[in-house]
Amino acid sequence: MNRILVAGAALAALWGGAVLFIPATWIGIDEGIVGKVAERAGRPAWEPFINTDQGDLLLFVFLAAGVAGGFVMGYYFRELFGAPDKTEREAKR
Amino acid sequence: MTITTTTRRAARLTALALAGLALAPEPALAMHISEGILPAPWALLWYAVAAPFVWMGIRTLNQCSPGAGVFKPFVGLVGAAVFIISCMPIPVPVAGTTAHPCGVGLAAILVGPWITTLISSVALALQALFLAHGGITTLGANITSMGVFGPFAAYAAFRLVMAMGVSGRAAAFTAGVVGDWVTYMGTSLFLALGLSGPGEFWGMFAGIMVAFVPTQLPLGILEGFVSAGAYEFIRQRRPELIPTQAREAAA
Repeated sequence: MNRILVAGAALAALWGGAVLFIPATWIGIDEGIVGKVAERAGRPAWEPFINTDQGDLLLFVFLAAGVAGGFVMGYYFRELFGAPDKTEREAKR
Repeated sequence: MTITTTTRRAARLTALALAGLALAPEPALAMHISEGILPAPWALLWYAVAAPFVWMGIRTLNQCSPGAGVFKPFVGLVGAAVFIISCMPIPVPVAGTTAHPCGVGLAAILVGPWITTLISSVALALQALFLAHGGITTLGANITSMGVFGPFAAYAAFRLVMAMGVSGRAAAFTAGVVGDWVTYMGTSLFLALGLSGPGEFWGMFAGIMVAFVPTQLPLGILEGFVSAGAYEFIRQRRPELIPTQAREAAA
């Protein structure tokens, strides 16, 4: 198990180092491959119907999703993760 | 099964996926076919292909749910994991670009391929609506590749390797690799079918597949290791969550 962890850590370090030191644009392969193929075929991608990639709008979406998701998860907490066991709770006392 | 119960389940699943959305670092675009790229007849066809699989996913979840205890929240958590994994951009040094794994191989092992179709469709719909990742017009195609092709191929590979008597870890590794590669193969197929002119199909299909190789070859293998690690972790601690393990224990 330890050998696997060490090998995994070494691989992650190698990968991370390569990412930091290799000069590249790191564009998504949709632009690099799918987008190019589509443009060549005369069907470039449309603007998204809801474009959240504008200023801080995306940040707002992430936070709103976190608030909404957290609220609903909290509201249904017992159904999601089960009510705490009575005997276990009493044993802790 | 009352409407209220179904609505609550949908709300819980959506809540977990939204929680996952909040954790996503930034919009990443990769295997998903972007808005408007596919011609309308193809886009409609892939919606029609995906619809029965999604319906079967809903049906399977409803059949599994009563009395299944921890299974419902587990499906929600797997859904959130698929959402995060399928929009996480991972830089691939050998290609100089970013791409993302799919997570559907692991999901198919843990909750079955039908339910994986359902959770993939929820994840892809949220990504299309709020992250400009994929698109509404191409949602059917994206569900078919990531929610149908990937999970079913991964599940078949998992069962096949298990039937050969190899370890569960090796089977999970194979499922992770196959799930990723077959998903991208599906994307290549849909793009070539929708965009190629007469006599261009095979050339375009092969061209797109080859273009995906530098990113997906290492990412697929990485996904295989992650799937094997997660499978082994769950198998050791909560074997009842893994359907095959549960069956073996019951036998």
